[in-house]
Amino acid sequence: MYSNPSPQPAPTLPETAVATAEPATRTLSGAEATLHALLAEGVDTVFGYPGGAIIPIYDALYDFRDQLNHVLVRHEQGGIHAAQGYARSSGRVGVVFATSGPGATNLVTGLADALIDSTPLVCITGQVFAHLLGTDAFQETDIINITTPITKWNHQVTDASEIPEALAKAFYIARSGRPGPVLIDITKNAQLQKADFAPYQPCTHIRSYRPRPVVRPEYVAQAAVLINQAQRPLVLWGQGVLLGQAEQEFRQFIEKSGIPAAWTILGAGALPTGHPLNVGMLGMHGNYGPNVLTNECDVLIAIGMRFDDRVTGRLDKYAKQAQVIHLDIDPTEIDKNVKATVPVWGDCQETLPLLTELVEARTYPEWRQRFLDHDAEEIAAVIQDELFPTSDELTMGEVIQQLNELTQGEAIIVTDVGQHQMVACRYARLNHTRSNITSGGLGTMGFALPAAIGAKYGAPARTVVAVIGDGGMQMTIQELGTIMQTGVNVKILLLNNQFLGMVRQWQELFHDRRYSFVDIASPDYVTVARGYRITGRRVDNRPALQPALREMLEHPGSFLLEVMVTKENNIFPMVPQGCGVGEIRLK
Amino acid sequence: MTQQSIDRREYNITAYTENQVGLLNRIAIIFSRRKINIESLNTSPSEVEGIHRFNIVVVETEEVVRKIARQIEKQVEVLKVYFNPNEDVIWQEMALYKVPTDIIAERALVERLLREHGARAVVIRKDYTVFETTGHREETDKLLAVLQPYGLIEFVRSARIAIIKDSQGFHHKLREFERTEPSPEVSENDYLNSRDKVFTM
Repeated sequence: MYSNPSPQPAPTLPETAVATAEPATRTLSGAEATLHALLAEGVDTVFGYPGGAIIPIYDALYDFRDQLNHVLVRHEQGGIHAAQGYARSSGRVGVVFATSGPGATNLVTGLADALIDSTPLVCITGQVFAHLLGTDAFQETDIINITTPITKWNHQVTDASEIPEALAKAFYIARSGRPGPVLIDITKNAQLQKADFAPYQPCTHIRSYRPRPVVRPEYVAQAAVLINQAQRPLVLWGQGVLLGQAEQEFRQFIEKSGIPAAWTILGAGALPTGHPLNVGMLGMHGNYGPNVLTNECDVLIAIGMRFDDRVTGRLDKYAKQAQVIHLDIDPTEIDKNVKATVPVWGDCQETLPLLTELVEARTYPEWRQRFLDHDAEEIAAVIQDELFPTSDELTMGEVIQQLNELTQGEAIIVTDVGQHQMVACRYARLNHTRSNITSGGLGTMGFALPAAIGAKYGAPARTVVAVIGDGGMQMTIQELGTIMQTGVNVKILLLNNQFLGMVRQWQELFHDRRYSFVDIASPDYVTVARGYRITGRRVDNRPALQPALREMLEHPGSFLLEVMVTKENNIFPMVPQGCGVGEIRLK
Repeated sequence: MTQQSIDRREYNITAYTENQVGLLNRIAIIFSRRKINIESLNTSPSEVEGIHRFNIVVVETEEVVRKIARQIEKQVEVLKVYFNPNEDVIWQEMALYKVPTDIIAERALVERLLREHGARAVVIRKDYTVFETTGHREETDKLLAVLQPYGLIEFVRSARIAIIKDSQGFHHKLREFERTEPSPEVSENDYLNSRDKVFTM
């Protein structure tokens, strides 16, 4: 195997920087400079798909195969979702390669998903030669303008010498502040062009960009006063806790203040699901207690969450009685949907310890009892039948319940979008942070299979279970080919209700059961999997369920388990559209 | 009329930015995504070399404009955004009027009207004369209406440019921005700064 004679860029250690006044430059092609930049940023895995306008980068990659693991996906959308899964499970920046034109436009869904879910990505697209820009050249598309509303930043490079600086900025912007996707479009001439490059300099400052606000202690103090006077405080936390790597700080705040805490689906797992102060999931299909009691608390403390409409329901009926404390790193989120009485603008890893310091240790026994009372109601009305059904047919809930028993909450659960997503998020046991990977804001069907592949690369030591419905599975089923070729170990748990279940539920409840195009046929998934040399099994009865789940988890490689579940099951509780969270229905 | 339409008025948004290809689009789509019409848009250099200045006029409520301003400021290449109602700025628009020269020459009336409206001849040719006037919208509009009956050939008006009355300029701010360690001054947020009035215990 070819080994690169000098693969690493000159190290930028302080001693060498001091020793040599004039740093040594080296002549590289733009494509080589691109890969050196990735290595210098600590990238170990790239998801991508080659094509005409990115051939020079792939040519250079041939010499970097032992340092950069390139995962060949089956579609660029699969590539970007895999990079999202990688970023979400590892906390690092996900990297994608795609060619110009259709390669680049196939990234669009993933970029929109990553922006709304604040996922750090650097996407590198090839582009036609600079002299052909604007001529409708073969596979030319204006990807910069197409992706402007769905990237945190994007930039086109037309000269090789700009590449290191552009990539340094890209990584800095993607991972700092509120993270997000960045796209760098590199014309083919810039990839081919040779230039002299100085040692790579990471970016640490952009004068027009302030990712880390200076924390204003007076607001922290005001927040603490409110919290210390509260009788019925409630914490709502979101992904900001994970993105700020503030799980420890958050736990200390919750445990000292004694305040019950509820989560958005992207925040799930930052506090283990079994923690006594974790009172459950918020939103449209969240738990009964936290939804109802949002409208009865006196102080609402929102931490790293953005009051999405699926969490708040109708805003004019949302927590009107409460004083709101909002901790967020992004000032555009403060007062965007819900007016904050006290805004605490900053990185929650920084602000939470300041707040913990100032809050009194309390327990709120009566207030917490109310959550337990509502839990009991929800168990009786919904959960008992969902997790321990007495009917013949299997429910999605009991599959997740059985999975919990086998994984003991140690697995990473990647979900797609729809009914199975709500069931998995509601019932999955999560002992650790970065264990629930799902498409939250954009609701992208087809997310789970490629994201699970990426999640496994991001956290190779952990078991990754992709929970997918029969609709979403068929949207990115081609990524079974990626699993086949790489041998990546992903457990695919396919919950097949033979319907596009969430839309069917809405049609049943709000459109007089007019089931318009929700009856979706499936292939024989086990046969399809076998075609991709992935072991599979299908179960449709209770006695076979747990052995099959165990077989899936214990199988040495990837495994597809298709579980036939009851066709017309509805997800409850539910806050119907246009209703307040207090009007949540148990049936 | 709803409360919201009563509260809508002209706001002048001033954005200090880097001079980058594509930034105009990044800013414009913040408005179009929310179906907000840009009444006027001007980009120009600022008092600081290398720093660009956008002047954008919209008719909206203060709440909407505040959210828009924050969204603009959130863009990586935008340094600072201010928004002001008309009374807080000094603003001007420039207009050009092309009029047949023979009418100007024949009718002393037209010449007097031009003088009364502070117009200035930019070009005088045998066939036409181009006048220029600068002022508020009502002033440039008034001259337009006056000239209309006298064979006005062509009319054009520029975007609005505005200077904020109590601004200290951007030199000092930029120095703060260029420091690697942010200071509270740069991290200021106009709304957060006024929170003392909002927050009471």
